[in-house]
Amino acid sequence: MDFQHSEDRQMLADSLGRYLQQQYPIDVRNGISASDAGWSRDKWNELAELGVIGALFDERVGGYGGTGFDIAVVFEQLGRALVVEPFLSTLMAGRLLAAMGETALVEQVIAGERVVAFAHSEAHNPYDLADIATTASPSGDRWLLKGGKAVVPQLASADELIVSAHAQRDGEADAAVSLFRLDGGSAQARVQDYPMVDGGRGGDLWLDQTPASLVGGQGEAYPAIEEAVAAGIVALCWEAVGVMDVIRDATLDYLRTRKQFGVAIGKFQALQHRMATVALEIEQARSAAINAADALGGDRDRRERAVSAAKYTIGRVGTLVAEEAIQMHGGIGMTEELPLSHYAKRLTMIGHQLGDEDHHLARYSAIGRAA
Amino acid sequence: MILTFTPEEEAFREEVRGFLKEKLPARISEKVRTGKRLTKADHEEWHSLLNERRWYANHWPVEHGGPGWTIPQRHIFEIEAAAAHAPSIIPFGVSMLGPVLIKYGSEEQKKYWLPRILDGSDWWCQGYSEPGAGSDLASLKCAAVRDGDHYVVNGQKTWTTLGQHANMIFCLVRTSSEGKKQEGISFLLVDMNTPGVEVRPITLLDGEHEVNEVFFTDVRVPVENLVGEENKGWTYAKYLLTYERSNIADVGKSVAAFAHLRHIVETQQRGGRRLADDPLFAARMARLEIDLDNMRTTNLRVLAAAGEGTAPVAESSMLKIRGTEIRQEITNLARRALGPYAQPFVSEALDEGFKGEPVGPDYAAPIAVEYFNNRKLSIFGGSNEVQREIITKAILEL
Ligand SMILES: Cc1cc2nc3c(=O)[nH]c(=O)nc-3n(C[C@H](O)[C@H](O)[C@H](O)COP(=O)(O)OP(=O)(O)OC[C@H]3O[C@@H](n4cnc5c(N)ncnc54)[C@H](O)[C@@H]3O)c2cc1C
Repeated sequence: MDFQHSEDRQMLADSLGRYLQQQYPIDVRNGISASDAGWSRDKWNELAELGVIGALFDERVGGYGGTGFDIAVVFEQLGRALVVEPFLSTLMAGRLLAAMGETALVEQVIAGERVVAFAHSEAHNPYDLADIATTASPSGDRWLLKGGKAVVPQLASADELIVSAHAQRDGEADAAVSLFRLDGGSAQARVQDYPMVDGGRGGDLWLDQTPASLVGGQGEAYPAIEEAVAAGIVALCWEAVGVMDVIRDATLDYLRTRKQFGVAIGKFQALQHRMATVALEIEQARSAAINAADALGGDRDRRERAVSAAKYTIGRVGTLVAEEAIQMHGGIGMTEELPLSHYAKRLTMIGHQLGDEDHHLARYSAIGRAA
Repeated sequence: MILTFTPEEEAFREEVRGFLKEKLPARISEKVRTGKRLTKADHEEWHSLLNERRWYANHWPVEHGGPGWTIPQRHIFEIEAAAAHAPSIIPFGVSMLGPVLIKYGSEEQKKYWLPRILDGSDWWCQGYSEPGAGSDLASLKCAAVRDGDHYVVNGQKTWTTLGQHANMIFCLVRTSSEGKKQEGISFLLVDMNTPGVEVRPITLLDGEHEVNEVFFTDVRVPVENLVGEENKGWTYAKYLLTYERSNIADVGKSVAAFAHLRHIVETQQRGGRRLADDPLFAARMARLEIDLDNMRTTNLRVLAAAGEGTAPVAESSMLKIRGTEIRQEITNLARRALGPYAQPFVSEALDEGFKGEPVGPDYAAPIAVEYFNNRKLSIFGGSNEVQREIITKAILEL
C-alpha cells in the first residue's frame, strides 16, 4: 500500500499548481470564462507546453501518462483553479482517437495544435451512454450524419469533432454504435453555442446530412466509448476533489476569522459539527475518486462499478459541500465577488455532467446485479 | 378538527380567482410563470391593482386600509395568487414597516406614511444588516446623533434588497452605546435622497443586482422620523422580524413552484421513460410533496394560533426553517430534473421579449440560477441556524 503519488506525477502536480497560481488566478479565470470564446488559446498553448495534455495520454500515442492517477493529478489541479479550457473534451475525444489508432491526430492534440471534442450524449436520454439516436448513412466513401447532441463542453472551440452514431443502410441501423469524424470540424454542422452557468461555454450540435468519415471499425466503438467516458468521470471526480479542497479551506478560514456575538463563528458548535461532516464527506469523496482512478485500468465491470460509485459519491457530497459552504459564509457566500460562489457553482454542475448521482446509484447496483 | 374550508371561504376563493383572471396582467403573470426578470414598474403595477381592490395590505386592520380578512382568507389569497403566477408582494413597506408603524408609530406617522405605502408613493427598503452585524444584529454600529431637531447618521448598511429602487429606507441605528447593546438601538426612517446617502450595487452569484450597500455620511434626518421611543428600536425590530419570517415561508409560492416542478418532471425523459417514473426521482418527489403537505397544515395551525393571540415564537421559527428548506428543495429537484440542460445559462433569455433561440426545454432557462439564488432563503430573515437557536431557547428552558 502506498497512497503517495509517484515522484513524476507529484512533480507534474507541483509545476501545474504553480503555473495556475501565478498565471490563472480567479480574476483572470473569471475574465477568460466570461469572454466571447469562453476559453483562452494562449493559456491552452502554455499548458500544452507544460506537458499537461501529454500527461493524459500514454506513450503509444506520444504522451507520457494516461493512467487513472495521471488524470487524477492533472484534474485535481485544474479543479483548484477552476480552469475552463477544454481538458475534459480533449481527454475523452483524444482517448477515443487513440483507441481507434488515429495516432497522428492525437500527437497534434498533445502539442496543443488541434482541439478535439467528443459529442455523444443526446437530449432524449442524456445520461445513458448506450441510448444514441443519431444515424449515419453511407454516401460514396463518406457518411452523412443526422441527429442532435446535447450540451457538449466548449463545443464551438473544437477544431475536430468526434461524433457517435448508428450506421445504417437502407433504413436498417446497426445495433452497435460507431464513431465519426466530422469533415471540417464544427464548421459543417449547426452549433448552438452558449455560456454555462458555471463558467466557459458549451453547445448543442445539430447534424443534418452532415458529411463525416468513419473512425475505427463500424459498430465497434461502444467499449471504447465506455472506457473514454470512464476516464472522463475519473477526471470530473478529481476536478471536484480539487474544488472541494479549496472550498473547505476557504470555509475553515472564514469560520476562524468571521466574528459574530464577540467570537469567531467557528466557536459555535452548530457550525463545528457541520464543518466536521463536510470534512469527513470530502475525504470519503477523495477515497471514491482514488478507487475510480485505480479501477480505470482494470476489467470492465470493476471499472464501471468504481466510476459509478465515485460519480454518485461526488454528486451527493458535492451538493452538500457547495450548499454548506455558502450557508456557513452567510450573505457574503452569495456574492459574485467571493471566489467561493464560483467554486460552488462549478462543483454543483459537475454533478450534471456524465451522469448524476441518481443515475450512477442505479447503474452501480445494476452492474452489481449483472456481475 | 375541520380541515376543509367553509362554503363562504370557497366562495371567497372564487372571488379571488375572478379578480386574478380579470386584473392580473397576462404580460406580468407570463414573466412570473417563465421565471423572467420583473422590473420595478411590473411590481408597482401589480401593487396598485391590488390596492385598488383594497387587497394590497391584506393583513392590515380595516381602519388603515386592510380588507379585514380572516386567516383562512389570507391563506386562500396566497395560494390562489401564487397559482395564477402573480408576483410576490414586495414586503418591505407593506409587510414589514406597515405593521411596525401601525403598532408603534405616532398618529402623524401613521397618517403620513401608511397611505404612501398603499398608493406606492414610497418604495421602502430594509436597513438592518451591516458588514459586522448579521446574525448578531444588535451589534450594529451605524450611528445617529441628535443635533437640534435632526439626527445625523453615519455608517453603513448592507445586503439592502432592491435598494436601487427605493426612495426610503427604515434603519436600525445606534443612539446609545451605554448598557446592553440591544438598549441603544433606534428605528429611524431615512429619505434616500438626502445628501450623504450613497447606494452601491452588490452582484450575487446568479449575476443579478438584487442587493446593495448603503453608505451614510453626515445624513441629516428630521427627528419626526424616529419611530416610537429612542433606544427602544430593538423591540420594534423584533416585531418586524416575526412578520418577515412567516413571509419567507411562503407556502403559496411553494405550492405553485411544486406544480411547476411536477410539470417539468412529467415532461423530462430519463432512461427511456418519464422522469416522474424513475424510482429514485419519484422518491425524491414524494418526500418533497409529503413535506409540503405537512407544511401547509403546520402553517395554518401557526396562523390560527397567532390569530388567537398566542405569540408563536418557536413555531414561527419552525415555519421559517422548513418553509425555506422546502422552497430550496423544489429548485434543487428542478435543476436535477434538467440533467445537462441545467448548465447552459443565457442571461438575456430572462429578459422580457427575448427573441433568441432557447437552449434545451422551454422551462430550462431560469432553473439553475433560481437554485443558486434560493440559497439566500436559509441565510436571510435570521439564518436557519439562528432560528434553531431561537427554537431551543424557547423549548429547552435551560
Ligand atoms: C439575498 C439577501 C438579501 C438580504 N436582504 C436584506 C435586506 O434587505 N435588509 C437587511 O437588513 N439585510 C438583508 N440581508 C442580510 C441577512 O439578513 C444576513 O445575511 C443574515 O442576517 C446573516 O448575516 P451575515 O450574512 O452577516 O452572516 P453571519 O451572521 O456572519 O453568519 C455566518 C454563518 O454563521 C452562522 N451563525 C451566526 N451566528 C451563529 C450562532 N450563534 N450559532 C450558530 N450559527 C451561527 C450563520 O447562520 C451563518 O451560517 C440579506 C441577505 C441576503 C443573502
